Amino acid sequence: MFAKFFDWYENRHDYAREWLAKNDGKVIGCFCSYSPEELIYAAGLLPVRVLGSHEPQDVTEPHIFSMFCPFCRDVLAQGLKGRYDYMKGIMLTQSCLHLRQTFTSWRNHIPADYSFYLYMPNKVQTEHARSYYSGELTKVRMSLEEWTGRTITDKLLQEAAELCNENRRLMREVYDLRKEPDPPLTGLEAMVMVASSFFVDKKDHNAELRRILPELRSRRLDRETGGRLMIVGSENDDTKFVKMVESIGSTVVVDDHCTGSRYFWNLTQFTGDIMQDIADRYIDRPPCPTKDWEERRRFPHILNLAKEFNVAGVILIQQKFCDPHECDMVPLKELLNSNGYPTLFLEFDVTVPAGQLRIRVEAFLEMLGVEELF
Amino acid sequence: MAEYKTEPLKCWQKAKELRLKYYKDYQNARSKGGIRWTGGAWSFDAIPAGLGRDVYNITGEPYAASLAFAKRLSMGCLEAAEAKGWARDLCSYMRNYWGSMYLRKYAFGGEYPDPDFCFQDHICCSHGKWYQHVAEHKKVPYFCIDVSVGPYRDLDENRLMFVVNQMHESVEWLEKTTGRKYQDELLIEAVENEVRSTSVWAEICCLNMAKPAPLDEKSMYSLYVHGTLAKHAKEVADFYEELRDEVKYRVDNHIAAVPGEKCRLMSDTQPPWGFLKIFRYLENFGAISVGSLYTFGLIGVWETKPDGTWGPRTTPMQRGERITSRDQALRILADWNLSKPEWQHFYDPNLKTEMMLQIVKQWRVDGVMLHLNRGCEGLSCGIMENRLGIAKAGVPVMTFEGNMGDEREFDEKRVTARIDSFMETLGVEMTEKTAGTA
Repeated sequence: MFAKFFDWYENRHDYAREWLAKNDGKVIGCFCSYSPEELIYAAGLLPVRVLGSHEPQDVTEPHIFSMFCPFCRDVLAQGLKGRYDYMKGIMLTQSCLHLRQTFTSWRNHIPADYSFYLYMPNKVQTEHARSYYSGELTKVRMSLEEWTGRTITDKLLQEAAELCNENRRLMREVYDLRKEPDPPLTGLEAMVMVASSFFVDKKDHNAELRRILPELRSRRLDRETGGRLMIVGSENDDTKFVKMVESIGSTVVVDDHCTGSRYFWNLTQFTGDIMQDIADRYIDRPPCPTKDWEERRRFPHILNLAKEFNVAGVILIQQKFCDPHECDMVPLKELLNSNGYPTLFLEFDVTVPAGQLRIRVEAFLEMLGVEELF
Repeated sequence: MAEYKTEPLKCWQKAKELRLKYYKDYQNARSKGGIRWTGGAWSFDAIPAGLGRDVYNITGEPYAASLAFAKRLSMGCLEAAEAKGWARDLCSYMRNYWGSMYLRKYAFGGEYPDPDFCFQDHICCSHGKWYQHVAEHKKVPYFCIDVSVGPYRDLDENRLMFVVNQMHESVEWLEKTTGRKYQDELLIEAVENEVRSTSVWAEICCLNMAKPAPLDEKSMYSLYVHGTLAKHAKEVADFYEELRDEVKYRVDNHIAAVPGEKCRLMSDTQPPWGFLKIFRYLENFGAISVGSLYTFGLIGVWETKPDGTWGPRTTPMQRGERITSRDQALRILADWNLSKPEWQHFYDPNLKTEMMLQIVKQWRVDGVMLHLNRGCEGLSCGIMENRLGIAKAGVPVMTFEGNMGDEREFDEKRVTARIDSFMETLGVEMTEKTAGTA
C-alpha cells in the first residue's frame, strides 16, 4: 500500500528530474523543516529538503569541523557529490548552527543560481516574533519573485497554504490511525510517508494519501503490534533502524522528529492576512529544541503524544553532536520516566551499529514486558 | 636577532584587583541588600543596570574559563555535569558552569552564589538552553533576548526593532520580577559606559599593530576579560582608558611584550585555558600572537574607516549625540552590539574570513593558528571554511584541535609538535638559548 511512498523516498532524484521535465519550474533545496514551503510553491517551485544518504563519506572534512553533527555533514556530502545537480537554488531557514554550515559551505562550493538565508527568529515565544517573521517572509516573497519573474499574489499564497495544509491534514489522519490498538501501518511506513513529503510535490503526495486512506482504515497487518513505541529526537530517517526495531516485537506508533510529526503537526489558520497566517503557523508549530526557550513548550507536547498514542516506552534518538537536542535529553528523560514512560537513549551517527542497537532494543522491549521476543 | 626592551604592565595589578572585586561583589551582593543575576558575556548587561547601583552579575563564559584554568576544580565540575547525564560534547563553558552550580563550589572561594534571575541573549544554539537549565535548577525567573537577526551589513528596521522590542519587554519583565522601579538614567549611563569601554578596547587592540607589539595575546586575555564581565560598568570603561594610555606609552617607547619578536601570529577562538603555556612556547621561536578576531572582536566594537582600514567604532557621544530616553538608549545598545565582529560569522564564514584577512594585513601577521575548539560550537562555526579562505589568500595557516574548557581534549605534545612544524614552514627557528627545552 505504501509502495509509492517507498519509491519516491528511494528514487527522490528521479522524481525531481521527472518533475522538472513535466513542469515549468525549478527545484529549490531546503535544509530544515522550518522552510516556508507555502511561499516556494506559490512561486511555482518545488521545495526539496536535502537529507543524508546514510553512507560513510570523506568529502566534508575540509568544510565542516568534525565536532558538528554527522547529519549536517551527510547533507553537505550529497551536494559535494553532485547528487543534486538539478537543483538551481537553495534556502536556509535559520535554526541550528550545524545545518547553517551545510548551507554556507553549499553556497561556497556548489554551483547554484540562487540562495537565500531566512533569518527566522529563534525566540518564537515572544509576541514580537510574529510581526518580525512576517516581515522577513515578505523579503523571501520579493526575492523569489525576482528570481522566478513570477508575481506571488495573495491568491497564489492562499492556494499554496491550502495545499500544504491538506498535506498536513492527511498525514495527521494517517497518524491518528496509529492510535488504534493494532495500527494499520508500521512505523517504517509512516516514516517513509513523511520523509517523502519533503521532496514530492504536495499535489502528488496528497493524491496518493487520498488514494490509500480509505483502504488503510480497514487494513489489518499480518503482524503482531507488540510493544508500542515512540521515537523522539533529532532528525531521523534511519529506515533500517526502524525496520529492525519493528522486527523484534514492537511497533513505532508515534514520533517527535523534524522528519516526522513536528514537520506537519499544526495547520495554518486563515485570518485574512495570509503572510501573517503563514508566519504564525511556523511560530506556533511544535518547536525544535533550538527554538524552545525560555519555557519548555516541547515537553508537554511530547508527553501528550505519549498519552494519546498509548505508548509503552520511548526511544530517545540523539544525533551525535546535536547540541540543541543534547540540551533537552536529560530533562526530557526525567519527565518521561516520572510520568511512567520508560526510555532508551541511543546515539546515532550517519551509519548505526545495527547489531549493538538490536541488543539494546531487545533488552528494552524485554523490560517493557514484550513477550514476542521469546 | 633584535632584542627589544620590555617591562611589565603597570596596570596589571589593577586589572587583577578589578576582576577579583567583580566576583566578590557578586558573591556579597545580598549581604548589602543588592541583586544578583547571571547570564552570558554577551548579554545586554546595561539593561539590568537600570534596576539600581546595587545590581551585580556573573557572566558564564569568563567564569567558566576561570574554572577551566583551575584544572582540578574544573575536572570535578565536568564530571558532576556528566554524572547528571549531559553529553560530553556540549559547550565546555556550560558544563563547567553547571558543574560549579551542582557542586555548590564557587571558583573564587565559598559556595556558588545563587542568582536572583537569569538574563541572557541568544545567538548560538547553547545560549538560550544554558540558562534555561540554570533557571530550572535554581528555580529563578529567566529572560533571554534573541539577537540572531543576521549580519550587521544587512541590518534593517525590521531586524533592529525585533531586538529593541524584546529589550523593552525585558525592562518590563525586570520591573515585574524584582519589584523595583526601573531607572532610565542608570540605563543611559550604562549604555554610555558600554559604548565607551568596547570602543576603547578596540583602540587598545589597534595599538598592537606596532612593531614590536606592546601586548601579547596571552596578556590580552587577562585584560579583555573585563569587557566580558561588565562592559557597561564605569570602572571598566575608565580602566580601559588608563590601559590605552599605558599601551600607547609602550608603543611610543618601543616597549615590547616579547623582546625577541620576529614573527607575528594571530590565533582564533577561545584558547585552551588550561594550556595557555603554548603561547609561552611560541616565544621560544620569537613568535608572538598579537591578537585575534576573538580578543579584538568578542567585546571590542569596530567599524571600517573611510580609508578602508578597521578601527574603533565611533561612539554616539563622539558623534555629538546625547542619549535622553529609554528607547534611544535601547536602539543604540542594540545597533552597537549587532555590529560586534564576533556576531557576524554566525551567518556566514566568509564574513569572518574577510575580517581575519583584514587583521592579517593591518597587524602585519605572518601566520594564523586556528584552534579547532571542540568546546565551543559557536565560535568554531564555519572555521574550516575560514581555513580554506585564509589559505586561498596565501596566508600560512595551521590548525590544532583542543577544547577551551575541557583539558581531556587537549593533547599538549601533539600541539607543540604541530607548532614546531608550522614554525619551520614560516622559516623561524627556536632561539639558541631555548632550543632543546621544549
